[in-house]
Amino acid sequence: MELAAQSGTVAPSILRKNSLIDSLMHGLTRSAALLVLLLLGGVIGVLIHGSIPAFEKFGFGFFTTEKWNPVTEIFGAAAPIYGTIVTSIIAMVIGVPISIGIAIFMTELCPRSLKRTLGTGIELLAGIPSIIYGLWGLFVLAPLLQQYVQPALISAAEGIPWLESLFTGPPYGIGVLTAALILSIMVLPYITSVTRDVFETVPPMLKESAYGLGATTWEVVWKVVIPYTRTGIVGGVMLGLGRALGETMAVTFVIGNAHRIATSLIAPGTTISATIANEFTEADGEMYTSALISLGLILFMITFVVLAAARLMLLRLQMKENR
Amino acid sequence: MSAVVQDSKLYARRKRRNAAAMVLSYIAAGLGFIALFWILGTLVVKGIGGLSFETFTAMTPPPGESGGLLNAIYGSAIQTLMAALVGTPIGILAGTFMAEYGRGTKTATVVRFINDVLLSAPSIVIGLFVYELMVRPMGHFSAWAGSVALAILVIPVVVRTTEDMLLLVPNTLREAASSLGASRWRVINKVCYRAALSGLVTGALLAVARISGETAPLLFTSLNNQFWSTDMNQPMANLPVVIFQFAMSPYQDWQKLAWVGALIITTTVLALNILARSLSSPRSQQG
Repeated sequence: MELAAQSGTVAPSILRKNSLIDSLMHGLTRSAALLVLLLLGGVIGVLIHGSIPAFEKFGFGFFTTEKWNPVTEIFGAAAPIYGTIVTSIIAMVIGVPISIGIAIFMTELCPRSLKRTLGTGIELLAGIPSIIYGLWGLFVLAPLLQQYVQPALISAAEGIPWLESLFTGPPYGIGVLTAALILSIMVLPYITSVTRDVFETVPPMLKESAYGLGATTWEVVWKVVIPYTRTGIVGGVMLGLGRALGETMAVTFVIGNAHRIATSLIAPGTTISATIANEFTEADGEMYTSALISLGLILFMITFVVLAAARLMLLRLQMKENR
Repeated sequence: MSAVVQDSKLYARRKRRNAAAMVLSYIAAGLGFIALFWILGTLVVKGIGGLSFETFTAMTPPPGESGGLLNAIYGSAIQTLMAALVGTPIGILAGTFMAEYGRGTKTATVVRFINDVLLSAPSIVIGLFVYELMVRPMGHFSAWAGSVALAILVIPVVVRTTEDMLLLVPNTLREAASSLGASRWRVINKVCYRAALSGLVTGALLAVARISGETAPLLFTSLNNQFWSTDMNQPMANLPVVIFQFAMSPYQDWQKLAWVGALIITTTVLALNILARSLSSPRSQQG
């Protein structure tokens, strides 16, 4: 009797306490989640605020001017934007077929025992900091290109109308091509792991039916696996592209930091991120800093669009799979 | 008769095409792995070549002298630690909201999408953000600013893994706890977090692995410091920026130290990744 009375009086207070803690915890976790949104908004807001002086002074011409002169404070983003896009596109042209080749190798060709090891290896490689790739590019790849590859390219392209303009000038070793090569190696693990993952979502039944009809491995890959996973592959490629566009250290080491748009791929150039990394700490004067922050804003916008598109594609694939 | 001839021709062509594609695929795999192992091989050879006892006991040297990386190692460790201490709880809370209180809500969907985008956003932009937010108002570079920049990179990684891991916890566990009269927060604390513990630790480890090699966000937040410093309010040395500065210099000793630093970072990152993987693998096989 006494016990019952006690528990009768205690219970409501415990309940009250619990529901108070619960609503506290709900609020706390919710504000942490909203902080993520705030972070994105904050980054965009701060970058816009910082870039106002540059955009006010240069207007739309900021995008089309090649000139970048800290002394006279004339700044244009054309060269870094061009460099960012060109290096990333070349990196994709080289990296995507190789990544897809590796993914085909891993899902269709290699023995089961090797599969797990290779998969883990690829994922570990994706975690290697980009500065390591840059270091290797500067001390190993660039001298190699300078001594052997670039002279060969220059002499091979000589006299051929289009190619000649792509491979002219002295072989510096560093430059747009070197940066693109490093980027193509860097994106391999990213694209490969996404591609392999989406390849594995193909129902075995589909593949087996095709094999059963007498299709060759290549025909199964080309006519069953790739059409089935198209959205996922494009998503993975865009994810790699987003990384390549925003990659800083691997590029900064080997691009040469030259603010000009050269038709030659072996000439030094610059990208948005390399420009910021190289010049930001030395930027004196409000206009110089503001121009660099504007570059950051442009980069963030480009990568945001690419990454958002990539995520949407992968999300759509996921929903298709769950249905 | 002619149909058979045509068939065998077609068959031969298909076989040829298949063989060509498979050879290309082998070549692609070979090329990719050669490139990646070449990089790691160079790193190990050059890094071990320069490694000595002094590396861990001496400060970064002036040009032309031998020295170590002690101040940079300390700086990296402390800034990474601070970033993890700030970023991990926020990430876990946000992940908890998405998997528990806010599961299936619009907020959770939007946050997940934005979080995924932030996960691979260029880190140099985060550096600019923190520069404008902290360094400019404070008037000087500082280790705190570096830690905040790194913490911002930690959050998306932890949010992602926390949500994934909590979603793996079977609903029947939650229901069982609730039916015993446990309130929501008790269910989350005593059941979900415990069931997903190794996953949560994995997330934190992966986040630390991710930031310990980040250079770009530190370039203009914590900058660099040639001397020993434990003052979080001042510029502080850190391995990535030291590697960058030393590698770009014309001095042999500095370049050698850059390789040593690179080896230390890569070993750390790989060790953390492997540790994280070994913690989470039994669970991920179950799920």
